[in-house]
Amino acid sequence: MNAAIEALSAVSLLSGGFFAVVGAIGLLRMPDLYTRMHAASVAETLGAGLLLFGLLLQAGITLNGAKLIMLGLLIFFASPTASHALARAAFTRAPEHAVVAQEPPPSTR
Amino acid sequence: MILLAAAAALLVAAALALVRAALGPSVFDRLQAANTLGTCAMVLLAVMGFLNGRPDFLDLALVYGLLNVIGVVAVLKFFRYGGLGRSDGPAP
Amino acid sequence: MSSVVSEQKSGERQRAAISTAAPTALRALSVWATLLVFWLLLSGMYTPFLIAAGAGCAIAVTAIALRMRLIDREGHPIDLGVRAFFWYWPWLLKEIVKSACQVAGVILHPKLPIAPRVVRFEPSQRSALGLVIHANSITLTPGTICIEATPGEFVVHALTAEGAASLVAGNEMDQRVSRLEGGE
Repeated sequence: MNAAIEALSAVSLLSGGFFAVVGAIGLLRMPDLYTRMHAASVAETLGAGLLLFGLLLQAGITLNGAKLIMLGLLIFFASPTASHALARAAFTRAPEHAVVAQEPPPSTR
Repeated sequence: MILLAAAAALLVAAALALVRAALGPSVFDRLQAANTLGTCAMVLLAVMGFLNGRPDFLDLALVYGLLNVIGVVAVLKFFRYGGLGRSDGPAP
Repeated sequence: MSSVVSEQKSGERQRAAISTAAPTALRALSVWATLLVFWLLLSGMYTPFLIAAGAGCAIAVTAIALRMRLIDREGHPIDLGVRAFFWYWPWLLKEIVKSACQVAGVILHPKLPIAPRVVRFEPSQRSALGLVIHANSITLTPGTICIEATPGEFVVHALTAEGAASLVAGNEMDQRVSRLEGGE
């Protein structure tokens, strides 16, 4: 395998692992549900995305590469849907939780 | 070596998500933690496939990802409407 | 810039041609082809029997989807075409990387400088497809989560003040999704 691709794959895998851990740390550190969801979306988009991209560079243009792309597409289409469903369900249950530290935002209509 | 490091990072992330799932406090926090845990497990499956040189694991990862999404939405529906069957629950 | 404009013009002409002439049959054919490619990629074994079985299964699934009336612009938006891949997705990826780095910085900051707030604004899309693309793009970008998505109003939770400030009517994402969606 090409050395440059190998190096890029290593960088991508390591930074993907880093973002996954950072997102999980945020999941623990953040004070309420919605802020935790922001942290989790870091792990789910950039963390998983970079890890899959690193694997894709190792797989090359093969069937395995195609499957990795499918995994990535699955994450990128399904995870916002699940997040939105979760946020909406929590919002209908307890809308007051969403407005922690609510000041009149400058940009409302 | 790099793959091992990535797998270790994913395991750490999964463990942290598990702690959040245990701490809660609300059911939605636990669900978000479960979703993150599921994503970690799915990518970990893919990494393990490459680590062991067994690309069949990618199929497992695909199926796991699909089940993860369906599971989260099903549990959400259950907690919002109190059942899995009705698609026209009480209007929000 | 001029190349972007001309690209937009040709895209619009193309889409006008397609959306008047994209009958359900063409969409069904596209669904069938997509399903068959999906089968072939997952199977990895190319004996005549397995390929024929895949084609048969794809026909069955397409027939069921047709019977459920799932194959329309919303269910299988081929009208978006290659522009979604080459024009919208790269930009979205760039935004995701940018805001993910910002949110990661906030998480690792010792003081946790968050200013969570809920923002309401009016999206410019009118079709369900455009609204879904817009809402999913907002949620996919770390730091903003779309809570409520209705034609007249989006309710978005933002992690920081900068994230909230970018969510006004007619922001860049809104404009891009509207251009992707096509004049409706």
